[in-house]
Amino acid sequence: MAFVPNTDNEQKEMLTAIGVSSFEELITNIPEEIRLKTPLDMYNRLSELEVLQLLEKYSKDNITSSSHICFMGGGAYDHFIPSVIGMITSRSEFKTAYTPYQAEVSQGTLQAMYEFQSMICALTGMDVSNASLYDGGTALAEACLMANAHNRNIEFLIAGTINPYNYEVIKTMCVGRKFTFKTFISDDGTCDLEALKNAINEKTSAVIVQHPNFYGNLEEVEEIEKITHSTKALLIASSCPFSLGLLKTPGEYNADIVVGEGQPLGIPLSNGGPYLGIFATKNEFVRKLPGRLSGVTQDSEGRRCYVLTLQTREQQIKREKATSNICTNQGLYMLTATVYLETMGKQGIQEVAEQSNKKAIYLASEICKIPGFSLMNNKPFFREFLVNTSVEPSRIVSEGYKLGFLPGIDTSTIDGYNKGLLVAVTEKRTKEEMDEFVNFLKSVK
Amino acid sequence: MEKLIFEKSRPGRKGYTLPKLDVPEIKNGMEIPEKFLRQIDLPLPEVSENEISRHFVRLSQLNYSIEQGLYPLGSCTMKYNPKINEVTASLDGFANLHPWTPAEHQQGALKLMYELGEELKAVTGLQGVSLQPAAGSHGEFTGILTFRAYHLDRGDVKRTKILIPDSAHGTNPASAAIAGFEIVNIKSNEFGRVDIEDLAKHCGEDVAGFMLTNPNTVGIFEKEILEIGKLIHGCGGLMYMDGANLNALLGIVRPADMTFDCVHINLHKTFSTPHGGGGPGAGPICVSEKLIPFLPRPQITKEGNKYKMNMDLPKSIGKVHTYFGNFGILVRAYTYIRMHGAEGVRAISENAIINANYLLAKLKGEFKVPYDERCMHEFVISGDYQKELGVSTKDMAKRLLDYGFHAPTIYFPAIVHESMLIEPTETEAVENLDSMADAFLAIAKEVRENPAIVLGAPSTTPITRVDDALAARNLNISYFGKR
Repeated sequence: MAFVPNTDNEQKEMLTAIGVSSFEELITNIPEEIRLKTPLDMYNRLSELEVLQLLEKYSKDNITSSSHICFMGGGAYDHFIPSVIGMITSRSEFKTAYTPYQAEVSQGTLQAMYEFQSMICALTGMDVSNASLYDGGTALAEACLMANAHNRNIEFLIAGTINPYNYEVIKTMCVGRKFTFKTFISDDGTCDLEALKNAINEKTSAVIVQHPNFYGNLEEVEEIEKITHSTKALLIASSCPFSLGLLKTPGEYNADIVVGEGQPLGIPLSNGGPYLGIFATKNEFVRKLPGRLSGVTQDSEGRRCYVLTLQTREQQIKREKATSNICTNQGLYMLTATVYLETMGKQGIQEVAEQSNKKAIYLASEICKIPGFSLMNNKPFFREFLVNTSVEPSRIVSEGYKLGFLPGIDTSTIDGYNKGLLVAVTEKRTKEEMDEFVNFLKSVK
Repeated sequence: MEKLIFEKSRPGRKGYTLPKLDVPEIKNGMEIPEKFLRQIDLPLPEVSENEISRHFVRLSQLNYSIEQGLYPLGSCTMKYNPKINEVTASLDGFANLHPWTPAEHQQGALKLMYELGEELKAVTGLQGVSLQPAAGSHGEFTGILTFRAYHLDRGDVKRTKILIPDSAHGTNPASAAIAGFEIVNIKSNEFGRVDIEDLAKHCGEDVAGFMLTNPNTVGIFEKEILEIGKLIHGCGGLMYMDGANLNALLGIVRPADMTFDCVHINLHKTFSTPHGGGGPGAGPICVSEKLIPFLPRPQITKEGNKYKMNMDLPKSIGKVHTYFGNFGILVRAYTYIRMHGAEGVRAISENAIINANYLLAKLKGEFKVPYDERCMHEFVISGDYQKELGVSTKDMAKRLLDYGFHAPTIYFPAIVHESMLIEPTETEAVENLDSMADAFLAIAKEVRENPAIVLGAPSTTPITRVDDALAARNLNISYFGKR
């Protein structure tokens, strides 16, 4: 068999050494009546060459950001991934290691975790970060669970428009705890501050704000913070880490918990996963954090080293009283983001965010010149914006695919969301590509 | 030891290049107002690409990994991860596929996910599948939410409890608790199995379900599984299988035939996707017919030759992942499954069982074996004999690192004193098992003759024994925080 080294003869010798004459003698605990008598009904076995050919065929049946020019975002962005990242993350020493339970032979992973946690703190302006959750949506759900663990309240208020899939994830994941969610959205998609102010009360567990929001607009986070902290509620900011090279940090506007989707930090689009859930908070909540933490310690010779710490929060020790059920998380993509942040560094992270923003402004300005096209609102945005179009967005999407574009997201397909074309721009887009896209938009009838 | 990257940073150094900004500077009011801009410093490191490469190559060399040697972590199934999996997952059509791509433009991805689902259904014998859960415990949580939805849909609102053996993984009670259930612990008997009498005592109309790992966490098959199923179904509960140990059962017995209603499958264990130093994994669930309406949405369906994402599922618990789950992991697992077929997957489990029993036979004389019977794909030994001589299981685990192996899982399951849970997997050749057995036996000898060397272990690793307590007492988890 492909990856089983022992030959039939060796297997027989091993059975003899065990003291049995056949494999069947090893599984007598399995009741005879349920043991399979015939092989499973599965596809035929393929060689490596055949499986590669088959998957190449499947892969070619997908339209991608490399075959088409990508203006699609909605939580997943086509940013450039420097070559050094793939070279490092494909090293088997990182890729084929387990969770670093044995610190003495896991310092590589543990130090990377510590550097990651530190840089997420630097980016978000928060005190502490864990070493990853599954993705942005599940991180937001964990934030709700943590807020509830802090103040025992179950009412959550959502300030403005959040990613619809994140919204569905938090509703699903918190159903057992009977949390309620209410949204406060004005016509232009941003938070209805008055309504939020009127609704918040001492029973509110937390206010959730996505900033930039799902339509790409900036929210009045400082106003939202004042409203939130007029009660004992916590402020949960769902924040794209990529934007924080440019935008005011959640730490600066006094958010209590910051979550985010780490995909823009060097992670391939990969149809939505594996991605990276980011989770940071204030020192005072550190014992309620979900997920793994790497902390500084010493070895028996007094050398600085790292180890998994505060494990008494976790399921392997606390069982049903744990802060979260998470075990396996997104380790390799934590490493990916670590290499990305260190490669881009202080200047690169700011420059790449600025470029994305300036290019987005250029494209938005050009689109606004097309008769019948306009932005849904005149609120500031980071790298994504919702466009009112003179032709049906669905038509633009279907024509775009034919002509070499991933032309954005038709938001009319999302229940309860404003109708338009959601367009995202990254540093990868050139002026020429954007001009071509504008010409394409003009041409759609 | 390697310096922190922050300690290598020099102002002005760069590890990246970007194209020159090619759009004109626009001043039309779309610029971001000052009040939204970052005011505080961004203390990220400034280093060259050469320094980045060296930093991570040096860090990587401080790690132990499967490709360095046997990694016998019980319950973790640290098998070899074939390289082809990495190649297929990075094909352009998968790696650069945007998750908002309409179904008609991602037929290849949907076909792959659909077919992977069919293969998992075949392996488990169950009728429904969702690939969304991103890891094993996420699968547990998703499965238990389907139990909840099923009972509530029938108007059966009294079922507030989930029964779980005391030998279970910690994730089981944690997952069920987040799903809103009260946890009831069920005792294990002297054979390491579920105490059926204790289970029967707790069966009643308040039971939503029972979570069981089979083979269980001491590596033994729960031979009373059909009686257990009758008890649970008899009181109106549902059967959940923690599939962490599915590597023992492929083509031998199916969860459906053991009367389970739901099972999660750790693709990063059984189907050989790399563990990545703590993920990403994937934890798809398969369910029986009656739970299908409650599965997460979208469901991928096949109509003629077309694949669709069906969101119109009124009873669905909803999404548990923002998109489709850890898609890249699904591609790897599908690749691995297609390279095996029915005959191949059975060979995986047969060899996993043979390897474990072979290693157990070699260690039996020197170590206490709490449950002396044939194991499945893993087994538990106790360090009790050595503990009497003043050497703990932790000490022996650290000493094993000196011999060039990773340690087994230790102090789990907690029902065995000084436990070591050992899972060699099917991808180890007999001579590797012999070397590992020799190391264990040599350590047992050292415990008798020269315990100091074991107590002082490890000594050949990049660092010596770490101080766990210091890290928690003097908490430093960010370079920019407390130091």
